[in-house]
Amino acid sequence: MKTAWIMPAILVGAVALLAGMNLAVPEGAPLHASAYLISLAGKYLCYAILALSLDLVWGYAGILSLGHGAFFALGGYAMGMHLMREIGARGVYGNARLPDFMVFLGWHDLPWYWSGFDHFAFAAVMALLVPALLAFVFGWFAFRARVSGVYLSIMTQALTYALMLAFFRNDMGFGGNNGMTDFKDVLGLPLQADATRVLLMVLSALILAGAYALCCGIVSSRLGKVLVAIRESEARTRFLAYRPESYKLVVWVVSAAIAGIGGALYVAQVGIINPSEFAPANSIETVVWVAVGGRATLTGAILGAVLVNLGKTWFTGVLPEAWLYALGALFILTTLFLPRGIIGLFSWRPRSRGPAEPAVTAAASEVTG
Amino acid sequence: MILKWALLLGLVLALASTPQARAQDAYALLASPSFDSIRQGVQELGRSGDSRALPVISALQAGELFVRADHALFIRTASGFTDAQTGKSAPDVSADKLKKVRLNNPVREAIDQALGSLRLFASDPGQRRLAADAMFHAHDPLALPTLDRAIAAEKDAVVRRTMTEARAAALLSAPDASTQDKLSAITIIGARGGADSRAILEPLRDQPPPVGTAVAAAMRSIDQQLQLWGVIQSVYYGISLGSVLLLAAAGLAITFGVMGVINMAHGEMVMLGAYTAFVVQQALGPVWTGISIALAVPTAFVISGGLGIIIERTLIRWLYGRPLETLLATWGLSLVLQQVVRSIFGPDNRPVEPPGWMSGDFHLAGLTLTLNRLVIIAFAALVLTGLMAALRLTPLGLRMRAVTQNRTMAAAMGIATPWIDAFTFGLGSGVAGMAGVALSQIDNVSPNLGQAYIIDSFMVVVFGGVGNLWGTVIGALTLGIVNKFLEPFAGAVLGKIAVLVMVILFIQRKPRGLMPVRGRAAEA
Repeated sequence: MKTAWIMPAILVGAVALLAGMNLAVPEGAPLHASAYLISLAGKYLCYAILALSLDLVWGYAGILSLGHGAFFALGGYAMGMHLMREIGARGVYGNARLPDFMVFLGWHDLPWYWSGFDHFAFAAVMALLVPALLAFVFGWFAFRARVSGVYLSIMTQALTYALMLAFFRNDMGFGGNNGMTDFKDVLGLPLQADATRVLLMVLSALILAGAYALCCGIVSSRLGKVLVAIRESEARTRFLAYRPESYKLVVWVVSAAIAGIGGALYVAQVGIINPSEFAPANSIETVVWVAVGGRATLTGAILGAVLVNLGKTWFTGVLPEAWLYALGALFILTTLFLPRGIIGLFSWRPRSRGPAEPAVTAAASEVTG
Repeated sequence: MILKWALLLGLVLALASTPQARAQDAYALLASPSFDSIRQGVQELGRSGDSRALPVISALQAGELFVRADHALFIRTASGFTDAQTGKSAPDVSADKLKKVRLNNPVREAIDQALGSLRLFASDPGQRRLAADAMFHAHDPLALPTLDRAIAAEKDAVVRRTMTEARAAALLSAPDASTQDKLSAITIIGARGGADSRAILEPLRDQPPPVGTAVAAAMRSIDQQLQLWGVIQSVYYGISLGSVLLLAAAGLAITFGVMGVINMAHGEMVMLGAYTAFVVQQALGPVWTGISIALAVPTAFVISGGLGIIIERTLIRWLYGRPLETLLATWGLSLVLQQVVRSIFGPDNRPVEPPGWMSGDFHLAGLTLTLNRLVIIAFAALVLTGLMAALRLTPLGLRMRAVTQNRTMAAAMGIATPWIDAFTFGLGSGVAGMAGVALSQIDNVSPNLGQAYIIDSFMVVVFGGVGNLWGTVIGALTLGIVNKFLEPFAGAVLGKIAVLVMVILFIQRKPRGLMPVRGRAAEA
C-alpha cells in the first residue's frame, strides 16, 4: 500500500508549492503563480474528486456509470444556490429576497426548495445529501432488479440526460439555460480574491485527500473485497450468500456523495453552474480520465483526471480543432492498447488481457444478464 | 332618364317578382355606372336563378363584361362579343362603343357570394358540394331562398345533406327565424360536427331555452367528437415520431440487440447518412431533388455499411467480450467522426431540399396529414420489412442467426464467424445510414444530428427487449405515442423526461424489456 501514497504526496506537494508561489512570491516575479493558474489547479482537483468517485464504483464494483456528472452537477447546484443567496441585494436588480433570474422571470416568492440555502452549512449538507439520495433511489431500484452491465450504463446515461432536460427549463427555478453565476463571496470571503482562491484550492486538495483515504479504506476493507468479488462474478458472489445489491448500493451512494462534494467545490471555484454540466458527454469524459489513468487503482483516477485535463487545456488553447480528435483517439487507444491505464505501465504485475472467453457469447451474457 | 325608367320598370317587375322579371331588373342594375347599383345587380342576379347568371357574373369577375350606351350588356370572348342576356353572338358590335363594367371591392365580394350560390346549380355534383360548403362557412341569411331552391332541385343525397347543413347555418344567422326552425337547424349542425360547426353554434349559447339548451347539448356532442379526433391525431403524431425512432433504432437493434455490441457511434452512422443525402443532392443539382433522395438511400446504405464493416474489422473485433470497453472505444470513434464531418462541412446546418412529392399535406376526415411524415412512416415500414426479410430469408441472415444463437456450433458447421460479425455490423450501420436520409427531411443536418438520437435509440431497444426486432417496433411506437400524449399536458420537455423516467422504472420491473428473448437463444 506504500506505493499508493506516492501520487497523493506529489499532489499535496504541488498544491502547497502553488499556494506558496501565489501568496509569497510577489506579482510580476517569474515564479509567481497567477490567479488563473490557481483556479485551474482547483478545477483539476475537483475533477480528480469526481474521477475518484467514479473509479470507486467502476473499478471496484464493476458499475460503469455514464451519469456520474449528474451527481457532480447536483452538488454544484446546491453550492450555487447558496452562493446565489449570498449575493443578496448586490445583484443587477438589487433585490435582496430573490436571485436575479427569478426577478427577471417575474417571480415574487422564493420557491420552497430554496429555503435553507441561506446557510452555508445547510447547502454543504445538501451538496452531499441530494446526490446521495438520488443515487440511493436509483440504485435501490436498479440493483434490486439486477440491472447491470451495459444496461445500467445506458440507464445512468438516460438519468443524467433527463436531468439535463429538466434543468434547462426556466420553471424549475434553477436559472434554466443560463444557470447561476455572478457569485460574489463565500462565507464573507470575496471569491475573486487571491487568498480565497488559494484557500479553496487547498480545501479541494484536502478533501481530495480525505476522499482518497476513505476510498482506500473501503477497497481494502471486507466490503471492498466483496465488491471485487461482485465485479468478477456477481452470480457466484450471490451463490456464496452475499447480497450483491446491498454492497453495490452502499458504495454507489458513497460515490455519489463524493462526486457531489467535488461539484460543490468546483462551482465555488469556476463561478458558474449551468445545465450543460449534466450533458452525457461530460460524464463519459470522466470515464476516459479513469480509463487513461488506470481503472481500479484510485491513484490512476486522480492522475488521469489531471493529465487529461492538462491536455485539454493545452489543446483547446493551441489547437482547438484537434481536441476532439485527441479525445476520441484517447478513448480508442486506451481501450485497445492500454487496458490498465498509465498506472498499469508502471506496475510489475504480468499483463492480462481480460477474460479469454468466447467473444460474443460472453458479450451477450453480460448484456442480457 | 332612360336609366330612371329602367329602374322604375325594374322595381315594378320586381314587385311582380317572377324570376324572369327579377333577372331583367338585375341586368338593368349591372348596366348602371354606380358601384352600389352594380353590387345590387350582382346580388339580384345571383338570387334570380336565371340561366345566364353564371356566365355573366363570371365574365364580370374576369373583367370581360361590357356595357353599351343603350345599357345593353355584352361579354367579350376569344371569338368576339356575345349578348349577355341571350348568349347569342353579336358580330355587329364594335369594341370602341363599349365600356367595361367596373369593379371595386364590395362588388368583388358580392361576385364571390353570387358565384357561390350559382354554383349550387352547377351540373357537376362536386362543384355543387363545394359551393354548399362555402355557403355553410358564409352562413348568410340572404342566401336562404337560393338554398331552398337548390335543395328542392338536388338529387344527389350527399350534396343535399351539405346544402341542408348550409341552410341550417344560414337560418341560425337569420334574426327572424322561428324557434322551431332554429331547433331543427341546431340538430342538423350538431350532427355535422367539427370545429366550424362549433364556431357557428357558439354565439347562440346564451340564448334563452329551448334554443340555448339545444345549442349547449349540440356543442357538448361536438366537443366529444373533436376530442376523439384529437386523440386520433395524437396517435398519428405518435406513430410518426415512433417511426422516426424506429428508423434510428432499427440498426441498433441489429448491432446491440443481435450482436450485443454497444455502438455509441451509431448516431454518427445516422449523421453520415444525412450528409450523404446532402452530398448526393449537391452533386445532382437542384432540379433532381426527387431522384436524389431516392438515390441517396442506397448510397447511404453502402457508405455507412461499408464504414461499419471497416470499424468492426479494425476496432470492435478486438473488444468482443468487453462491452464496457466497446462502449468507450465507440464513443471515442463518434467524437472523431463528428469532428471529421465538422472539419469538412463546417459546424452549420446543411439544407437538404425536400422533393416535390414529399411536401404538402392533405385532410382525411378530421385529420391533417403532412406528406413528409407519411412518407417517413411508409419508409420505416419498408426498411423494417426489408430488414426482417434479410434476416429470415437470405443465406446471410441464416448465418447471422446461427452465429448469434450458438457461435461455436456455427463455426463448427463451417460458417466464417468473423466475417458474419463484420457483415452483421455493416448491415446495422447501413440501416442507420438509410435512417439518416429520412431524418435529413425532418431534422437539421448538422454534425450533432446523431447525438440527438442515440439516447432515444438505446431507450427504444432496451425498452423493446434486446434481440427482438418486433420488440423494437413496439418499443418505438409505444414511446412515440406516449410522448405525444404527454406533450399537451406536460409540454415537450417534461413529456420527454417523463418518458425517460417511465422507461427507467419499467426496466426495474422487466429488466429484459417488453419482449424478452425466450428459450435457447436467451441462454447464449
